[in-house]
Amino acid sequence: MPAEYRLILKHLDEPGYEPTLACYLRHGGYSVLRRVLALEPRVSPEGKTLSPQEQLRQEVSLSGLRGRGGAGFSTGMKWSLVDRKSGKPIYLICNADESEPGTFKDRQIIHKDPHQLLEGMVVSAYANDVHLAYIYIRGEFPQGAKILNQAISEAKAAGYLGKNILGSGYDLEIYVHRGAGAYICGEETGLIESLEGKRPYPRIKPPYFPAVLGLYQCPTIVNNVETLCAVKHVIEMGGAEYAKLGTPNNTGTRIVSLSGCVWRPGYYEIEVGKATLRDLIFDPAFGGGLRDGRKLKAIIPGGVSAKVFKAGEKVKLKARNADGREVEQEVDVLDLPYDFTSLIAAGSMSGSSAIIVLDDSVDIVEALANISEFFAHESCGQCTPCREGSLWMAKALHRMTHGEGRAMDADYLARIADNIPGGRTICAFGEACSWPVQSFVAKFKEEFVAKGKADEERRSASRQPADVPSAP
Amino acid sequence: MSFVVPAALEAEINELITHYPQPRSAAGMVLHALQDHFGFISPEAMEWTAAKLGVQPINILELVTFYPMYRQEPIGRYHLKVCRTLSCALAGSHELYRHLCERLGLDAHRHGPQTTEDGRFTVEFVECLASCGTAPVVMVNDDLHENVSAAKADEIVGGCP
Ligand SMILES: Cc1cc2nc3c(=O)[nH]c(=O)nc-3n(C[C@H](O)[C@H](O)[C@H](O)COP(=O)(O)O)c2cc1C
Ligand code: SF4
Ligand code: FES
Repeated sequence: MPAEYRLILKHLDEPGYEPTLACYLRHGGYSVLRRVLALEPRVSPEGKTLSPQEQLRQEVSLSGLRGRGGAGFSTGMKWSLVDRKSGKPIYLICNADESEPGTFKDRQIIHKDPHQLLEGMVVSAYANDVHLAYIYIRGEFPQGAKILNQAISEAKAAGYLGKNILGSGYDLEIYVHRGAGAYICGEETGLIESLEGKRPYPRIKPPYFPAVLGLYQCPTIVNNVETLCAVKHVIEMGGAEYAKLGTPNNTGTRIVSLSGCVWRPGYYEIEVGKATLRDLIFDPAFGGGLRDGRKLKAIIPGGVSAKVFKAGEKVKLKARNADGREVEQEVDVLDLPYDFTSLIAAGSMSGSSAIIVLDDSVDIVEALANISEFFAHESCGQCTPCREGSLWMAKALHRMTHGEGRAMDADYLARIADNIPGGRTICAFGEACSWPVQSFVAKFKEEFVAKGKADEERRSASRQPADVPSAP
Repeated sequence: MSFVVPAALEAEINELITHYPQPRSAAGMVLHALQDHFGFISPEAMEWTAAKLGVQPINILELVTFYPMYRQEPIGRYHLKVCRTLSCALAGSHELYRHLCERLGLDAHRHGPQTTEDGRFTVEFVECLASCGTAPVVMVNDDLHENVSAAKADEIVGGCP
């Protein structure tokens, strides 16, 4: 039986649970930090002396934790890439921009359990010799920013933050920085530019890898809210123990945001890979199936940037059979375990772990038009293929949803979308805006063509002979 | 017209600037503070901010013109942001937007924020507000309203003093 596994969300929906320090302490809060600050250098089995910081980073590596913000990059690896020799300060930034449509998990933590995030941040900052950290929170969370600021002042007053934390001699300041409504601020280098007081134009990599040339050209770690909370649990349980949750290479727990045409939309924390898409959509413990007796039409499995799955679609996955040989296995998309690797192998991604369910009442062209309008609005405009392409796609789809479609629009859309990604743009937004178009058009082509054809026929039936334009 | 920043607000802004190794970083937060106080960001406010942070006014203007939440015009007392994006659209946010516009005498087909003649309400379509599980959602100033039906929207509007 698939079920929720609440680790990060453990307390926050309990009756009476409040975002206050007193409540957090009553639930064992800041005990991990206390332990961390008391760590002593330790000699490893190989005879190397490990500083407390190195021990913490080793646990995070051991845990197999992968970033919860979108890319699923190994957190231990990210931390190991930080330039520690430059002599420059190292910064930590918590990415609380939560702007990938469909995603609403960080909102829960920020609003209901801010101290858990702070504890995760102090532990992460300590592990990386950081003394100044920021929480970059989207502008549309004004209450969240207030709650975080309140939590920060409480934590400072009680000695969990600020100068000489818990008498350890370790100093850390955390400040809340509010965005102002731009999606691209979620992209880590755009975020850094924004935090420097500029337009959030993403920086090109190389050379601007945050781990080396981040905020103020100093080494910088950018991690998602949920990732930083997970770090707290990794240190609490030990990396090896944490890695027992979930599945190999997809360890720990993950909060899934489920929305769209299901009975029970909401946020569900699962062991990664221990529930399938079918469980998440249909099981009474999760989505509870489609509303009003409708049928499944499509699944967007990782925020609107992710490639869509069509109901009934079969995908080939590699698996090992009993004698260890690699075999190809065909599975229905609904039977994919919800994890990083399976969804990538199936040609999409778990992205920000936001699942949007579309039923058979949904007009697929309308749905894509909605998504494309989002991307056209949010492109930062630096790269021509993205700036122009996202707009052209949105315009064509607007036309198609306003009775002005053409049968050739499906191919037209695919051609534009194919010319945006693949190293032609500075940031992954280029991929993000073309993937939905590529996948919707490829998998529901007949609907795009039919819509365009119907428009053409209607237009030619109503057109007077004199209206027909002469050939150029 | 002279532009005066009250002492308490200036103190708040001075404090914000201390959060960053470089004053320019505070620009976004300073603009929020000024907009919260004055209702919008005037050319004078931008010049003031630029001088305060030691940058050129263009460095501030380029922020105000980029980030959707900053505005150069005053708006209504109640700012209704209706989520336009997919999960909310599936739950009827476009019908809700039309309903609100009709009720308030605004044109649902016009782009961008619109304000009622009496200056009480501004209605605007915005992108995903990260509350897709309780779609459709509407923000009224700083408050989020979830699962907003037409009836609930009427209640919200009717309940604004
Ligand atoms: C267009 C775009 C938008 C993004 N938006 C977010 C976001 O809202 N929140 C987030 O945590 N990461 C977002 N990311 C991913 C970040 O760039 C970055 O990978 C992440 O914050 C790293 O944290 P993690 O390793 O803990 O996942 C976005 C990436 C792109 C390309
Ligand atoms: S890909 Fe798009 S969003 Fe990213 S930097 Fe280029 S124009 Fe901006
Ligand atoms: S789509 Fe409306 S809150 Fe996300």
